[in-house]
Amino acid sequence: MAHSPPTRSRSGRRRGSLGVEDLERDLHTSHRVLNMGPSHPATHGTVKFLIELDGEEIVDLDAQIGYLHRGFEKECESRSWYHVIPYTDRLNYSSAILCNLAFCLAVEKLIEVETPIRCQWLRVLSGEISRVADHLTRVGALCLELQAMTPFLYAVEAREVAWDLLEMLCGARVTSHYIRIGGIKHDMPQDFPNRCRPSLVKIRELLADYEAMMTRNRIFVDRLRDTGVLSKQDCIDYAVTGPLLRAAGVAMDLRKDDPYLTYDQIDFDVPIGQTGDNYDRYLVCIEEIRQSMRIVEQCLCQLEDLEPGPVDVSDPHVRLPAKARVFGHMEEMIQQFKSVADGPSVPAGEAYQAVESANGELGFYIVSDGTSSPVKVRCRAPSFFNMQPLPRMLKGALLADLIPTFDLVNMIGGECDR
Amino acid sequence: MSELEANSPVLRRLIELCPNAVERTDERRGEDSARVRARQLESAMRALRDDEALDFKMLIDLTAVDWLDREPRFDVVYQLYSPEKKQRIRISVGVSESACELDSLVSVWPAANWLEREVWDLYGIRFEHHPDLRRILLYEEFEGHPLRKDYPKRRRQPLIDGAGGD
Repeated sequence: MAHSPPTRSRSGRRRGSLGVEDLERDLHTSHRVLNMGPSHPATHGTVKFLIELDGEEIVDLDAQIGYLHRGFEKECESRSWYHVIPYTDRLNYSSAILCNLAFCLAVEKLIEVETPIRCQWLRVLSGEISRVADHLTRVGALCLELQAMTPFLYAVEAREVAWDLLEMLCGARVTSHYIRIGGIKHDMPQDFPNRCRPSLVKIRELLADYEAMMTRNRIFVDRLRDTGVLSKQDCIDYAVTGPLLRAAGVAMDLRKDDPYLTYDQIDFDVPIGQTGDNYDRYLVCIEEIRQSMRIVEQCLCQLEDLEPGPVDVSDPHVRLPAKARVFGHMEEMIQQFKSVADGPSVPAGEAYQAVESANGELGFYIVSDGTSSPVKVRCRAPSFFNMQPLPRMLKGALLADLIPTFDLVNMIGGECDR
Repeated sequence: MSELEANSPVLRRLIELCPNAVERTDERRGEDSARVRARQLESAMRALRDDEALDFKMLIDLTAVDWLDREPRFDVVYQLYSPEKKQRIRISVGVSESACELDSLVSVWPAANWLEREVWDLYGIRFEHHPDLRRILLYEEFEGHPLRKDYPKRRRQPLIDGAGGD
């Protein structure tokens, strides 16, 4: 608002009498504040931006989040530990299994139990299929919001294939509720490896088609290259994690740095970028889809080699009884009621456990006083952290750069606002 | 403060650097955590960030816990991470209900900005010298701080009732 309004009145001037000096004259436009959202067709996420514009250039930006705040943490405090798991499905609904996983690992850390090896491989398997679906949603929606409908359909078709796999595995496609405290819902179907491999081939084909349209597409590259840049130092200052941090050149991935489950036995690469711009973020996501499929293949081989065995811990105070026995055996029926009503016995104490989710470090800090309800369930949501430096990414950029930048930040309202 | 002992090198280094700041330490479940006095919070945090052996460059999380009938009533809990050294530490500090105030750490880690706004919004703990302490998840007209244990889960808000909500 620094400029004063034009002093010369144009009234009384004849049209068409502008001279050469008029063309070069600074018009002293004032800054304009634009409200964008909370529901905008070009953003996949419910968020409101207050943007101060100088012409088309962003001078300042205030991202107002909270539109999807459902009181997740408040609700958890009046529920038993098992009741929290379906709520975690609804944090990042693009990769619900990874949210289940982070919460269950935190509770298991507090109880101090370790799940059987077969369960761990299945957790990795389902988590990585989830990550593929999440990244496909991100790169697909990116094209959609840049007005390219066709590649979006290729990405979403590939996501359908991934969701079919999840459906085969756990009966649900989106809010899967597959991972439980002390185990998983059930083992994979026997023919799963044989049905999964052709699906991976199909996803690879669709991804290749998608990439043929986008990765070297001049218009697409021009929209992404050198836009939304966030430096390595800024990422660390703002605790930005996941593909955004890796695109800035930091090879931080909790699956490598602090391996949980069986990630220390798996061979996969962590792609990193150089500049931290939108194009590097895009390339990192595409490569991570490929790496996740490599991990899925290794999980299938391991699971085929493993002897059939339990997928839950043996302690009945921790896990839910197997569903097949609940309907036919009195003991398990009683156990089911007890477990669901009271939940597992979690000792007093606190624990923090993080996993590498599709958006970055997804952590749960839980506090128990030894009763059946948690004192505190805190979700460290990567979207929340990745959204905070958005003004830094966009100051001085064009308004149009907000669309791909916001898309690749991949704010998921359910997770960011909790 | 010489009675403080710790096995983990991270906690030992912290005690060495800020002997007066650390109240007690805990290493259960392989997680290093330290209770820090509120008055020395900022200096201890700067040491944790800048010391070469500690190197906690990332403020991974910041939240609070309400222990309704305890004094001090609130714990404010910080999770720190070092991407270079790949180590973690949890720092907690007590905040009494009467003061309900703590030093802001935005000058130490810019990430603290939104996190402190969230703790203010949901717990009503003020952060001194915060550049922009507004509500973040809720709206300005919201009454109370809902993650406090004495905030009833089903309380109605005037703005919602006034708008003809059910």
